[in-house]
Amino acid sequence: MNLSLNWLHDFTNTDGISTKEYCDRMTDTGSKVEGYEVLGEDIQNVVIGKVLEMERHPDSDHLWICQIDIGAQVTQIVTGAQNVHVGDLVPAAIPVAHLPGGVTIKAGKLRGVESNGMLCSIAELNLTLHDMPEAIEDGILILGKEYEDKVGMDVKEALMLNDTVVEFEITSNRPDCLSVIGLARETAISFDKPLNIPTPVVKDANDGDKIDNYLSVKISDPDLCFRYAAKVVKNVKIAPSPLWLRMRLRAAGVRPINNIVDITNYVMLEYGQPMHAFDYSCLDGSAINVRRALDGENFKSLDDKDHTLDSSMLVIADCNKAVALAGVMGGANSEIKENTATVVFESACFSGPSVRVTAKKNGMRTESSARFEKGLDAENAMGGLLRACELVQMLGAGDVVDGIIDVYPTKTAPTVLPLEVERYNKFLGVELTEEYVTDVLTRLECKVEDGKITVPSFRADLTCMNDIAEEVIRIYGYNKIKSTCIKAETTQGGRTPKQKFEVDTENLLYGHGFDQIQTFSFISPKSYDKIRLPEDSVLRKSVVITNPLGEDTSVMRTTALPSMLEVLTRNINFSNENVNLFEMANVYLPKDEENALPDEPKMIVLGAYGDTDFYTLKGVVENILASARIKGATYKAVSDNPSYHPGRCARVIDANGYCLGIFGQIHPLVCENYGVNIPVYVAELSFDKIFGASDMTIDYKPLPKFPATTRDFSFVCDEELTVGEIEAVMSRAAGKLCESVKLFDIYRGEKIGEGKKSVSFRVTLRASDRTLTVEEADKASSKILNDLKFKLGIGIRE
Amino acid sequence: MKETLNRIKAEALEQISSDIDDASLEALRVKYLGKKGELTAVLRGMGQLSPEERPIVGQIANEVRAEIEAAITAKKQELSVKALENKLIAEKLDVTVPGTKKKVGHRHPLTLVQRDLEDIFMGMGFSIAEGPEVEYDYYNFKALNIPENHPARDTQDTFYITENILLRSQTSPVQARTMEVQKPPIRIISPGRVYRSDAMDATHSPLFHQMEGLVVDEGITMGDLKGMLETFAKAEFGEDTRIRFRPHHFPFTEPSAEVDISCFACGGKGCRLCKGEGWIEILGAGMVHPNVLSMCGIDPEKYSGFAFGLGLERVTMLKYHIDDIRMFYENDIRFIEQF
Repeated sequence: MNLSLNWLHDFTNTDGISTKEYCDRMTDTGSKVEGYEVLGEDIQNVVIGKVLEMERHPDSDHLWICQIDIGAQVTQIVTGAQNVHVGDLVPAAIPVAHLPGGVTIKAGKLRGVESNGMLCSIAELNLTLHDMPEAIEDGILILGKEYEDKVGMDVKEALMLNDTVVEFEITSNRPDCLSVIGLARETAISFDKPLNIPTPVVKDANDGDKIDNYLSVKISDPDLCFRYAAKVVKNVKIAPSPLWLRMRLRAAGVRPINNIVDITNYVMLEYGQPMHAFDYSCLDGSAINVRRALDGENFKSLDDKDHTLDSSMLVIADCNKAVALAGVMGGANSEIKENTATVVFESACFSGPSVRVTAKKNGMRTESSARFEKGLDAENAMGGLLRACELVQMLGAGDVVDGIIDVYPTKTAPTVLPLEVERYNKFLGVELTEEYVTDVLTRLECKVEDGKITVPSFRADLTCMNDIAEEVIRIYGYNKIKSTCIKAETTQGGRTPKQKFEVDTENLLYGHGFDQIQTFSFISPKSYDKIRLPEDSVLRKSVVITNPLGEDTSVMRTTALPSMLEVLTRNINFSNENVNLFEMANVYLPKDEENALPDEPKMIVLGAYGDTDFYTLKGVVENILASARIKGATYKAVSDNPSYHPGRCARVIDANGYCLGIFGQIHPLVCENYGVNIPVYVAELSFDKIFGASDMTIDYKPLPKFPATTRDFSFVCDEELTVGEIEAVMSRAAGKLCESVKLFDIYRGEKIGEGKKSVSFRVTLRASDRTLTVEEADKASSKILNDLKFKLGIGIRE
Repeated sequence: MKETLNRIKAEALEQISSDIDDASLEALRVKYLGKKGELTAVLRGMGQLSPEERPIVGQIANEVRAEIEAAITAKKQELSVKALENKLIAEKLDVTVPGTKKKVGHRHPLTLVQRDLEDIFMGMGFSIAEGPEVEYDYYNFKALNIPENHPARDTQDTFYITENILLRSQTSPVQARTMEVQKPPIRIISPGRVYRSDAMDATHSPLFHQMEGLVVDEGITMGDLKGMLETFAKAEFGEDTRIRFRPHHFPFTEPSAEVDISCFACGGKGCRLCKGEGWIEILGAGMVHPNVLSMCGIDPEKYSGFAFGLGLERVTMLKYHIDDIRMFYENDIRFIEQF
């Protein structure tokens, strides 16, 4: 809401208050100021001049040498404009003058002839044809004869350009402040100034004509229209509004159109009551019906756009057609035109939610709908209507027909709340007296008597104790509340074990050199193709956003792999070397049941390229499991996951057979889809499942009292045989004496032969109650060798 | 024989004291004191001496042996000290050569700030509450006193999944969910991702992070809200930080406030960071609306509470002078590794 201070001063004053002080205090009392602008600030030394003489420039066929009376003196200005004549009144920039856009006018010579300034067009004064309808676009602004006695006067004063506009951010609970009067009320209470809101006076014509001769109004849907008031104006003379009115609209950021339209806008800005004016001649049947639109009803709005309406929308209709979309915009069919002779002014109160839905469905949010949707005061409708008629009389825009139509089916009873000063004090943490509270509420136009507060109709936002407490405290000053400590039971607080495990996992990964990333939860459905997800994969079924910003962010990811690959790719493209990344990434898995929220499991996603390989990544995965104290996890080769290299991918299986995640080298074809030509490694682990499988109980075992015996074995076997299989057989064979079986070498070479490898293990044997004898160790060794021979068919390397 | 002994002694002592190494010293020990050594040879010849001379020569021989042994021991000691000295000199390192290290990973700046804030509030007895990001309209709006077609919905352009399921536009639904299942005293914070359909630019992102706090108990006052936010602001932005409340409107709190902190860059004098204001807007806060309490099954006549919320991106950007929100989601390691 842009507030013209000139306009504000019609109702209250800000004497002795600087604009900065004004803005600060208004913000402090709840009307947030976004900023202010001093209008005309960039126009300096431009005065009204009168053209006394004109002669042709000797060296030019289009320049004129003018002698201009600028009050104190006569000065010579050369102009190239062709619309200037002797006797014209014009704006003259006198050196050194400043014009909008940082233009500076200095004295100089034009083709050898001295020119002490410049005659100005409207554009040079930052005005438009709407602001100055009598001007022409490409030529000097020629002012009317009424400026004859203003020669020498500063143009800002003469054209009423001097004003300060304060921009407010009005919160949605205060539609009453979307008006000059509303802000005047707030100004008066904030600065303890008098407030004077005159009641509009409309003089009766007493010509025997009355509104009933023109119009009847029916509200068919009173649930959507609480009040509909109307006046008729005849003998309308459509013309530009006077300068003062145009300049006020301009200050408020509204474009002047013509007197009738300007009056509706003026009243909306002043009273906060949206108005509409119809051309009476376009109304069929002299009757207005406020009704729901018919499904499929067509409507062309003022801005010449076609709309198809439905029964959730309210229209103002005559006997045959809709002439306005209630509270949103008028129809093209009843628009005020140059030749409009009779006008119907509408001042109504429509249901906020209905206007909001209507405006939204038709994609046309207007000043009017923005006000109605917040819920307006039905009581305000009459004041607005009368003010419009008062302005019609003031402007001589037409003859107001006697009588008024006011259909007001449901009056809302005023809200009455108890006065609870003690409760406010306790709730706010202050000590205010009843006298103070009563005074503030009274100045806010509440009626306070007998321990009861009657809320004014324009403050529908005041409904409970908290609301009253806020009214009092915002005037008293939020910042005068003393900070206190909560006096209540202490609470333990802290993280849950799962939250703690998340932080621990992050810390573990930082220690492993992994940088943390954060990526968007929504992705492009095309990402599933990029990671070669099979057509029938359940992961292709995503939670879909119905109103996404674009396809790239249109589905909630079911896998965080694409996000990680995108970030890895980006870093590769930035030439960042040796990158290790992780994300604690939620994925969103839709459920089959109707109206059920998706599951949102958290994944630990690792990604790396550069100085890394499969086993390095596996080491990190193993350490994550170790940090969760998960024992007995196994790693199964996966050759059929299309996102991963078929020979370099594994699934992590816990002791109960649950899959905790998958990791490996990304399939070269996936890399190709991302434009990457180096090996990239990714792990996707289920944070929730790892946490679920974790066992955080720690049970100390005494340190061994007896020495261990180690035996080293080297075997030659086929490539196909996995280390895991050999290890498993060895540790089972060694039985309970086996403390550990550790791989320490894999060798391939000519000596071993094609398709073969040599693997070497160190077995540590130990008994907790004695030193093992050589015989015992030998026995275990031969059992190991025996089992390997019979179960796997491999023997010691010779 | 006495002369022989004295000669051996003189010879031995001279050779021991000469510039020799460990091996030569050992050779000398063998030469003089070994089984086949010179001294032993002399002693073997003692049988030829008269019984009177034997003890005298024996004593001298023992003294000579003791002296030579002592000299060897001393020399050994001297050599080992010297050897250690030499070894240490040889092992001297250039300490300015960079250390050998394993790369350590870096927190994402948003996590860094989130964990900071969590620590501050956990220290004040808060727990961390979590809730779904894909949420029912009911929890995101209705339970927070924002009925359908309420204009407040416009300020939070929301992504919808179905008519009544959406991407939460604030972390406040976690508050409603918490109050439904937990009775006072309640002290929670709820950090997390929120979504609004704002196109991406330097200051907007369709996905960002909020952290909200909620306290509900008997006798909670607006003064308590100020006190807690003041404590928080000092912990996060420095001991000299002051806070300022400006009245505002949120549907779920009443009274509501926007909260500024004194600019931590200039201390409130006015600078580029605070655009000359001396204050920086950082939070929204207020006393929980009685409608919200009732809807969640908490009696507003008995209990009161406050809530506050802030944007993690905003705090992080202010704190580290980041001027483009897109940096957070680009994940260039040259950015992340600065934190």
